Amino acid sequence: MPKKVGIEVSLAVSEAVCAADVDVIPAYPVTPQTHIVEHLSELVADGELDAEFMPVESEHSAMSACIGAAAVGARTFTATSAPGLALMHEIVFIAPSLRTPIVMVIANRALSGPISIWNDHSDIMAQRDCGWIQTFAENGQEVFDLIIHAFRVAEDPEVLLPMIVNMDGFTLSHVIEPIELLSASEVSQYLKPFEPQLVLDPKNPVTMGPVGVPELYTEARQQAESVLNGSKKVIVRAWKEFAKLYGRSYKPIETYRTEGAEVVLMTMGSVTETAMTAVDRMREKGIEVGLMRFRLWRPFPHEEFRRAVRGIKALAVVDRAISFGAQGGPVCSKVKSALYGAPYQPQVFGFISGLGGRDITVEMFKQMVKKAIRYAKKGEGPVYELIGVRER
Amino acid sequence: MTETALRDFKKFTRESLPRVEVLAQGHRACQGCGEILALRMALKAMGKNIIVASATGCMEIVTSSYPQTAWEVPWIHVAFENAAAVASGIESGRKALMRKGRLRKQRITVVAMAGDGGTADIGIQALSGALERGHDFVYICLDNEAYMNTGIQRSSATPYGAMTTTSPPGKLSIGQRTWKKNVPAIAAAHTIPYVATASPAYYLDLMNKAKKAAMIKGPAYLHLFSPCPTGWRLAPERTVEISRLAVQTNVFPLYEVVDGRYIITKKIKRPKPVEEYLKLQGRFRHLDNKTIRQIQVRVDKEYDLLVQKAGLTETQEESKHN
Repeated sequence: MPKKVGIEVSLAVSEAVCAADVDVIPAYPVTPQTHIVEHLSELVADGELDAEFMPVESEHSAMSACIGAAAVGARTFTATSAPGLALMHEIVFIAPSLRTPIVMVIANRALSGPISIWNDHSDIMAQRDCGWIQTFAENGQEVFDLIIHAFRVAEDPEVLLPMIVNMDGFTLSHVIEPIELLSASEVSQYLKPFEPQLVLDPKNPVTMGPVGVPELYTEARQQAESVLNGSKKVIVRAWKEFAKLYGRSYKPIETYRTEGAEVVLMTMGSVTETAMTAVDRMREKGIEVGLMRFRLWRPFPHEEFRRAVRGIKALAVVDRAISFGAQGGPVCSKVKSALYGAPYQPQVFGFISGLGGRDITVEMFKQMVKKAIRYAKKGEGPVYELIGVRER
Repeated sequence: MTETALRDFKKFTRESLPRVEVLAQGHRACQGCGEILALRMALKAMGKNIIVASATGCMEIVTSSYPQTAWEVPWIHVAFENAAAVASGIESGRKALMRKGRLRKQRITVVAMAGDGGTADIGIQALSGALERGHDFVYICLDNEAYMNTGIQRSSATPYGAMTTTSPPGKLSIGQRTWKKNVPAIAAAHTIPYVATASPAYYLDLMNKAKKAAMIKGPAYLHLFSPCPTGWRLAPERTVEISRLAVQTNVFPLYEVVDGRYIITKKIKRPKPVEEYLKLQGRFRHLDNKTIRQIQVRVDKEYDLLVQKAGLTETQEESKHN
C-alpha cells in the first residue's frame, strides 16, 4: 500500500487529477482555489501529466471549454471558488444536459457581498439545483479519494453526468495533512480510460445542444432528473469497489456516536471534525449527543437519511449559508422536506453558523446542542438561529 | 508562416466550385436571409472535415429544431457568449487525445460561429481569450448588424443612424447614436495569422477566404456581411444587391490581414455615394441629408485609414520601382 505523505490538500487535489490522467484542464485562478491550478500547471509543464492546460480568460469560458473538450471525448477537469462558480452559473446548468462528465472541485468560499475570500457554503448552495452530482469532503484524504471516485462515477455509461467535489476553502485547501496518494497505475485499476458514448466526429456527425421546443423541453428535463436520481446506485457501488481496492470506505451519510442519542448534529464538510470533538466532550459529561454528516448532497440520499434518523429525538442542523428570505439554511430546509411524511420524524432545529470564514468552535457546537435539547423538551424552538453573531 | 501554410492553396473559380453542401435544405431561415447564404458559402469552401461550435442566435435556431437538424457535420451549441471558448475546448481536447494516441491523428477544422451580438458584444471576451491563446480554429462572425433573433435590437455593430427596436428614431434621437464597432481590427490587434472581411455578393472572394482561413494553422477570423431583410426593412430579393452596394460604396470594404499585412481584396475605383446603399433600406428611411453627409464623411475617413494600412507595404514596394 502507498505511504502517507504530508501534503497541502490543494496539491493533493492536483495529484489526484494527475493520477486520473486527465486530458484537458481549462481553469481560471481564484482564491482559494489557486494552489490547485498552480500545481496542475507545474505538473503539465514538467511533463508529469500529459494534458492541455488551458489558461482561459474567465470561469465562464473555463466551463464552456470543459464542455467542448468533453464533447470530443477528453477527460476534463476544472476547479473554482465562489465568484468563479457564480460567473459559470449559466454554463453549469448546460453541462449535465449535454451529458458531459466533467469533474470540478470547488474550494468553497463565501459569495460577495461584502466581498469575502473565506470559507462557507454559499457558493455551492447557489448551484444546488444545477443537475450535477455533488459530494462534500471532510478532510484531505477524502478530497483525494472523492476526486478519483468522481471520474469513475461521472464517466459511467449509466450516468454520464458532471460531478462536483466540495472542499472547504482554506480550512481544507490550504492545510497540510497526511494523505495517502494513489499513483496513476494504482488508480488505473479503478478508473479505466474514458469511453464516451457520443462525440463530435466528422465521421459520424451528431447535432448536440439543439433547441428545446415546448413539446420536448419537459421530457429533456425529466431525463436529466431521472438519470441524476438513478446515479445513486452507481455512486454507492463505486464507493464499495473503492473500499475493496484501497481499504477506505465511504457512504452517502456518515454517522458518529448516534446510538441512543437524544440530539444529533448534522454537518457538511470540514467542520465535522470540530463537531466530533464537541460530541466526544459532551458524551464524556453524559450528554447523549451524536453526529451525522452528508457526504452525498445531490442526488439527495432520501432513503439513507430516513433510515439514519430512526430513533433520534432531535436534529440540530448546521447550515453554512443563508437562504435569504426562506428563514433558514438550505440544508435544514432540505432535511425538513425529506422528513415530511416519513414514518419516523425527529424534531428539527436549524442553526446557521460559520459564514465568510468565521470559525465554528467546539463551544459553539455545544451551544447548539444545548439549545436543541432545550427546544426538544419544550416541543418547539425558533424557526432558525444564527450562532456566533457578535454583540457589537 | 502563414504563407507556408498557404503554399498549396488553390483558388476556387467559377468552374471549380465545390459541390459539397454542409447545410441541408429545409432549414427555417427567412426568405432572402443573407446570413444563411454567407454561412452556406463559407461552409461549402471548408467542406465536411470540420466540427462547428455555434453561439445562440438566428443560425442556431433555424438549423437545430430537434428532432430535425440541417447540419451534416458535427455541431454543438452551448450558449450565446461562448462559441469561441467551446471551440477552444474542442480543439484542445482533440489535441490532447491525438497526442496520447487515443484519437487518430488528423487535421480537422474547428469552427466557431456567432452573430454580431455574440461577437462584438457579449462574446468578445471569449473571442479575445481564444484568439490570444492561439487555438487552431476559424471564427466566423455573421454580421447582420443587430440582435435579429430576439427582434431587431441594436448591438455595437449596428451602424450609425439605423433604426432598431432599441435605437428608435424619435424627437431626441436619429436612431443608433454610435458608430459601428470595428471587430476585424480588434481581431487583427491580437496579431493572429489571418483576418478577412467578405460579402456574399462576391462569393468567390468569400469562399476563397474561408478556404484560406481553414488551411491556416492558428486562429483565423472571418467577418461576413449578412444582410437581414427582416431587420433592415429590405426587400428579400435585394440581399445580394445590397451586399454588393455595401462594398461599392465602401461601407463594407473587402480586405484581408495576413500576418498583420492589410490587403484590400476588392478595390473600388469610383465608389458610389453611401446614399444609394442607405435608401434601399427602411432602417435608414428617417435619415435627413445632414446625417447622410455625416455618414459619407465617416465612411470616407474609415476607408482612407484602411487604404493607409494597406498602402504601407504597397507604397514601399511601388517606390522601389520609381
